[in-house]
Amino acid sequence: MKNVWIVAKRDLGSFFNSPVFYCVTTVFLILYGFIFFNILNYFSFQSFQSHQLRGANIGLNLNEMVIEPSFQNMAVILLLIIPLITMRSFSEEKKSKTFALLLSSPIHLEEIILGKFLACMIVTGLMILLSGYSTGYLIFAGQPETGPILTGYLGILLMTGCYVAMGLFASSLTDNQIIAAVISFGLALFMWVIGWGAQSAGPVLGQVFEYLSLITHLEHFLKGLIDSSDLVYYFSFILFGLFLTQRVLESSRWR
Amino acid sequence: MIEVEQLSKSYGPREAIRNLSFQIEKGEVVGFLGPNGAGKSTTMNILSCIMPASSGSVKICGFDVFEQTLEIRKLIGYLPETPPLYSDMVVSDYLTFAARLRNVPSGKAQSAVEQAVEKCSLQDVSNRIIGRLSKGYQQRVGIAQALVHDPDILILDEPTIGLDPIQIIEIRKLIQDLASSHTIILSSHILPEITQICKRVIIISDGEIAAVDSLESLTTRLHKGERLILKVRQNDSDIIEKLRALNQVNTVVEQETGQFTIDCEPGSNIQETVAKLALDNNWGIVELKQASMTLEDIFLKLTLEEKEVTQ
Repeated sequence: MKNVWIVAKRDLGSFFNSPVFYCVTTVFLILYGFIFFNILNYFSFQSFQSHQLRGANIGLNLNEMVIEPSFQNMAVILLLIIPLITMRSFSEEKKSKTFALLLSSPIHLEEIILGKFLACMIVTGLMILLSGYSTGYLIFAGQPETGPILTGYLGILLMTGCYVAMGLFASSLTDNQIIAAVISFGLALFMWVIGWGAQSAGPVLGQVFEYLSLITHLEHFLKGLIDSSDLVYYFSFILFGLFLTQRVLESSRWR
Repeated sequence: MIEVEQLSKSYGPREAIRNLSFQIEKGEVVGFLGPNGAGKSTTMNILSCIMPASSGSVKICGFDVFEQTLEIRKLIGYLPETPPLYSDMVVSDYLTFAARLRNVPSGKAQSAVEQAVEKCSLQDVSNRIIGRLSKGYQQRVGIAQALVHDPDILILDEPTIGLDPIQIIEIRKLIQDLASSHTIILSSHILPEITQICKRVIIISDGEIAAVDSLESLTTRLHKGERLILKVRQNDSDIIEKLRALNQVNTVVEQETGQFTIDCEPGSNIQETVAKLALDNNWGIVELKQASMTLEDIFLKLTLEEKEVTQ
């Protein structure tokens, strides 16, 4: 565990020293802020209208109309930018030959992978935390239910874990950061839309597709539901991604 | 301390090394010598547990490279061909990171880093970003990284590559200083370097060992006969004939006007005879000396002989 943190700490330092992190965070916050503002604007317009039409005391659901779509949009933006966070993890180490330092140190490959996973999670977690002003404002100005907000964040975090696991896997495949980003973006998008194939596939395969889709499992969390099957899905997704990464890195030592 | 037996490694169909066997004792400074692509780096990568061998065994301090990699990695400091430097890190942070990776407890990391900085004379740059340092300093940071946890064994892959002459001398001196307290394996394709630093040489050519021996015995072993160089002022045509007529002389070659290379039987000690002959004939002797084979000659001879055998 100590070794995991040593690896993670170095990666974090390198994140905070590089312009990539600040650039990505800025883009994320601007995009998310813009979307959040528009959703909120639409909501206040609607509630103003309904207020005028039907009189007072008919409050529209803040959770359903603002928070849920905000989270959904955040998940899409994260899909676009997490590959940019994870792309360097192994690619850069390979390219600049620094991976030899890690490989010749008395530390397990699994610890290296977990350390990198942790670093990426902390960085993305920080970005999500910075975007928390939106929900903070809603809690301050309105009366949303806090339960679905918390489960929503949990869902987003688990989803982020899946993106990061896929990103690390992609990064382990190549020493080219661009290729790593493209592969992990493609993988993430594919896992996102795989559910769309459910209709055209047969009933059994369709259900499988539906279950595999990243988005179907997020829906429950956004509604305030913690379903064990969703937890199992996300955790096994992350573990599988990290397992593949480990296999790729291990096998590349033999070549 | 290090026992290598029948070590082979192939990358796909290409064999990088074939059946290497050698031993290294504690406290030795051993040089790996070979042309580019001979398999030096591959061997070093296997010794430092970065890649597994295709077959054969390596035991370091009784631990098997294949089975007990973690124990071995604790004992080894490794400088790969390209120093594994994070160009965005500050030197002291980087060394602390390296120390912590190599199981130096966090309380002792600071002093370990300070020692490494001092050994490699990095005091002036310890607060600077690695990417901005000159190549020579970067190489030294690479060496500092390898010895920050005070390992028993140092494996240095071409530690002086790409440096200017002054930096090369500094690094050599550093390695010589380290030799007193560490077992060192270093590779190079630069011969004088090996002659200056190492007591024993392993010459690798085309993935196979061409020779393992101490420098002196290598030199004598390859001294198939002795060689004298005679310089005279006179330029008579019969000098060659007269020299050839001497006992125990095998060949005489006139390399340039008035300079002769005389190859004779081993242990014949004919300097006196040659000198006397020169004086008697009034050749005007300028110089008479024994030519010793440089490592360069040995290297060329060994690697070429090797090729002849395999062809």
